[in-house]
Amino acid sequence: MELLFLLEQVLNGLVLGGYYLLIALGLSLIFSVGGVVNLAHGAFYALGAYLSLEIAKHLGFGAGVVLSPVAVALLGILFERFLLRRFYTADPILSLLLTFGLAMVAEQLIRMVWGAAPLPASMPAGLKGQVMLGDFMFSRYRLLLLAVVALVLAGIWLLLHKTSFGRVVRAGIQRPDMVAALGIRLQPYMAAIVMLGVGMAALGGALFAPITVVHPAMGAEIITVAFVVVVIGGLGSFWGVVLAALLVGVVRGVTIHFVPAAGEASMYVLMFLVLLFRPRGLLGERIEKFE
Amino acid sequence: MIGHGQKKGMSTGTSAGRRKVLRAGAVAGALALGFPAIVRSQSDKIKIGHLTPMTGFLGALGEYAVMGIKMAEEEINKSGGVMGRQLEVASEDSVNPSTASTKAQRMLERDGALVLMGEINSASALTIMQVAARNKRLFMQIGARSDVLRGKNCNRYTFHVDIPVTVMVNAVGESLVREDEVKGKSFFMLSADYLFGHDLLKAAKAYILGHGGAVIGDELVATDVTDFSAYMLKIRRAKPDVVCSNLAGNQVTNLVKQYAEFGLPFPMVGFNLNTADAWAAGEGNLSGTWPTVWMHDLDTPGSKAFTAAFIKKHGKPPENHAWIEYVSLKMMAQAMNETKSTDSERLIAYFEKQPEFDILKARKGYFRSWDHQLMQEAYPFTVKPKGKARDKWDFLVLGAAVPAANQPLELLAPAKAQNTCVM
Repeated sequence: MELLFLLEQVLNGLVLGGYYLLIALGLSLIFSVGGVVNLAHGAFYALGAYLSLEIAKHLGFGAGVVLSPVAVALLGILFERFLLRRFYTADPILSLLLTFGLAMVAEQLIRMVWGAAPLPASMPAGLKGQVMLGDFMFSRYRLLLLAVVALVLAGIWLLLHKTSFGRVVRAGIQRPDMVAALGIRLQPYMAAIVMLGVGMAALGGALFAPITVVHPAMGAEIITVAFVVVVIGGLGSFWGVVLAALLVGVVRGVTIHFVPAAGEASMYVLMFLVLLFRPRGLLGERIEKFE
Repeated sequence: MIGHGQKKGMSTGTSAGRRKVLRAGAVAGALALGFPAIVRSQSDKIKIGHLTPMTGFLGALGEYAVMGIKMAEEEINKSGGVMGRQLEVASEDSVNPSTASTKAQRMLERDGALVLMGEINSASALTIMQVAARNKRLFMQIGARSDVLRGKNCNRYTFHVDIPVTVMVNAVGESLVREDEVKGKSFFMLSADYLFGHDLLKAAKAYILGHGGAVIGDELVATDVTDFSAYMLKIRRAKPDVVCSNLAGNQVTNLVKQYAEFGLPFPMVGFNLNTADAWAAGEGNLSGTWPTVWMHDLDTPGSKAFTAAFIKKHGKPPENHAWIEYVSLKMMAQAMNETKSTDSERLIAYFEKQPEFDILKARKGYFRSWDHQLMQEAYPFTVKPKGKARDKWDFLVLGAAVPAANQPLELLAPAKAQNTCVM
């Protein structure tokens, strides 16, 4: 009985991890390809949530979830063009500072426009409720979320491994100088990656709005988790982020099962342990730029 | 020496006159420095240091708090101020307990604040109380509800406005006992892992156990937890009769939303809620019985007038923290006017005489002299059936005031026998 319960917590953790993956993957991609630490990633997540609620007011929940990431992705283009672009070849600390500042500005802007009070957000009644698989309970909405994440994941994998676009991006992660020597400009690829990354964060925000509190500081809440996942997974590795996200989800779930008060601290302990034994992260690759 | 005699000669002559002039000049100078200060302070503003959490999990409440106190400040100033002087409320973000303490000290020491007001976070309120006691200044603690602030950790420089944990538990508890939902029922409790949450848990447990109920689940939740799915699984396995929330701020909203998401069948109650948290949960997600100190549709002339004025100014109804900060500043102004003073000792003596204040409820409030807690009515509230709400702020139903009109206001508050407050 106990084991069954534990297994249920593990499965729930996997679902949660799948959700973290959506945010972390975008962060990891921007990190790996551009060498920039995008601490403003959480701001795009928050914007995604807020915009989806605004759109949902007029066009319904579904439209909100679909259109909001698109809008934020367009914003991402501006972000890349006018801010990130200057920092690709600079010291990583500079992009860290810039995006950190941007995150704070974004949070205050959201507070000024929408107020500090959380916005009410709900999913359509049809998506509420639980789904029983044997003796295991799942939230119907989260299974849907997991399905969306799986789709996105499959799409990204295909993009990276089965297209010429992806080939160049992967090469750019490993040896950007070689890519340049071959006469390929990485610039437009970077713009596309940023668009994709922040779009995914916004999608995460839009999807999570009904089950979390939509308030100006929500970006700060998620960026910590995303960052920890990326660090644990390791730079430059697609599967590393996937593994790390699932691991973080499971570890949190199991910790809450045994020692509820330590739930939030558990992922930091995990990160500490991983870095102790594998300083490059679980599946981190050797990236010339950072060695 | 050679010039000695000459000096002597000079000192008896022009020197005496010069010394007189110097002396007169010194006196004039002292007057010039001292007098205007006295004159200036008469028409000077009465500065009040206001601390409230504007960020963090209580940030939404802090925003309403500032709106409420500002409205009171404007009204008071427009009608002539206090003792002919204008009030100046300087509001700042208390952020966390150590920052609250630092800011409070700075406000009293450097910024010229005469008294302190505010706070919602019980842990921060505790540190500000210590600063107030150290500096021997009045602190009107407005929104923090932990029992220990009025109990073990009380001090004579602090007066508490909001209802304490014991009253909230009793307000909901009475309602539950009336509906026969405590005796023989099992409760699963989720409590916020900080001062206030522990307090609430202790009081809730004592009440439930004391009325024949059982506590089959007792989980602490760190204040930065946003995902409750793991707890949902635990609740389902435990199969309680009632799920009980001892959380604060944002976390209650999160719990309620995710509880609705999972569609668990057990009824929910909570021993702490603010209307802002309830609104954020959204119609259709919130259910059960919860306590409140005030709500915007309270049917008294005073409340209605305040609510109408607030809506006119801000385009949305006031939350209970806006109301409580509003009446608090009005009480402070009344105290200053009645004692004709801003001196903390005189104000404390005034409050301890237990004068009555119009707090916009059916019954007037007063500060109990031995623990400095405002005695006032509280209300349980429930949720309207789906579809009956007029707008996103209208889905809550205020129950009858407790204590009832014929019962003493002190009925639900901690009794002297149990309270550990010694001043």
